[in-house]
Amino acid sequence: MKIVKIIAGIFLVALVLIQFIPVDYNQNDTVPQTDFMVVHKVPEAIQKKIQVSCYDCHSNNTQYPWYNRVQPVAWFLEDHIKEGKAELNFNEWDSLSSRRKTSKLRSIIKQIESGEMPLDSYTLIHRDAKFSKEETEEIINWVTQLKDSL
Amino acid sequence: MKMMKQNVMIAGLALVLLSATACKDGNKNEPAAPMSNEMHQESMDDMMDDKPMNEVDEMAMNNGQDAKAEAILTDYFKLKDALVADDNAKAKELGASLATTLGKLDISEYTDTQQSDLKDIVEDAVEHAEHISESDIAHQREHFKVLSKDVTDMVAITGTENTLYQQFCPMYDGGSAWLSTSKDVKNPYYGSKMLTCGKVQKEIN
Ligand code: HEC
Repeated sequence: MKIVKIIAGIFLVALVLIQFIPVDYNQNDTVPQTDFMVVHKVPEAIQKKIQVSCYDCHSNNTQYPWYNRVQPVAWFLEDHIKEGKAELNFNEWDSLSSRRKTSKLRSIIKQIESGEMPLDSYTLIHRDAKFSKEETEEIINWVTQLKDSL
Repeated sequence: MKMMKQNVMIAGLALVLLSATACKDGNKNEPAAPMSNEMHQESMDDMMDDKPMNEVDEMAMNNGQDAKAEAILTDYFKLKDALVADDNAKAKELGASLATTLGKLDISEYTDTQQSDLKDIVEDAVEHAEHISESDIAHQREHFKVLSKDVTDMVAITGTENTLYQQFCPMYDGGSAWLSTSKDVKNPYYGSKMLTCGKVQKEIN
């Protein structure tokens, strides 16, 4: 039993220590002119949904409630943000050519349709990021319209 | 029962983070911290080489290594055949080599407008080819659809030595086109499931 306690002790100390390693927070106060919501007229409900469900990983500004600041959650998120932004950054939307926009919109539709986005590991904690059936339909219809209008 | 000091001190934190695992007799708890360290390390390393566009630009600059549109078409048709054959693993490989060939396209001999169009096409196509190199076959086919449009637009600018056939199947994803060197229809979106869906829509050259 003693060894178990020692291991548990070491582990817990490590857990405390990793809290002090700085995290590179993905935060930015200004919304650039190239932002998706600035460039397109997005209905309010859809705007809100996309910001809540997608912007944490696909923009330059992540919301950090307390549980996103705790390690190792913060590292996990940092990794996703880096990968997610490389694929799609809503803040830099207008810097894409119309070919690239069409391509990304198509991909957004596919990701939401198949339920791959937002990531399950994320909606597990962020319940409000989940899409209801109606919301899924609404957003896909809207994005499809936008894609066809480009 | 004797409580350990540090257990008390950080009980709150432990509860928040790992209430489940921390109570499991402490077995195998230790690796969790080093693992997270590894994850962090990895993400730091990745950040360093996170510049896909520069890579493309650099490749395009490589003297003597410049690819012609024909090389891209050759890779594209190989990829198409792999999808026709329902071969996920081969399509992955071919997607990767197509991405490389695309990056080497020499655009120097074209006009400014053509150059910017080609750059745009290549950038988009590279991304789809890269996705094909790491996806299951359903995803590969989704990306192949847009890739086909990109390659078709590229040929409209670069031209090609051979006669190509643009084929079209109305059933896949609201109607999808692809290019082939042969008049025979072999559908890359369905493979063996519906090999002959489609018809020749247009002859190129
Ligand atoms: C927890 C972070 C996270 C959230 C939240 C998230 N994504 Fe992603 N997204 C990622 C990561 C990581 C990738 C790259 C890896 C992958 O494709 O799985 C990605 C990739 C993508 C891609 C490109 C995929 C492809 O294969 O072409 C699209 C499009 C996308 N996300 C859209 C969305 C949309 C729309 C939402 C909101 C409904 C969303 N994402 C929410 C992390 C996230």
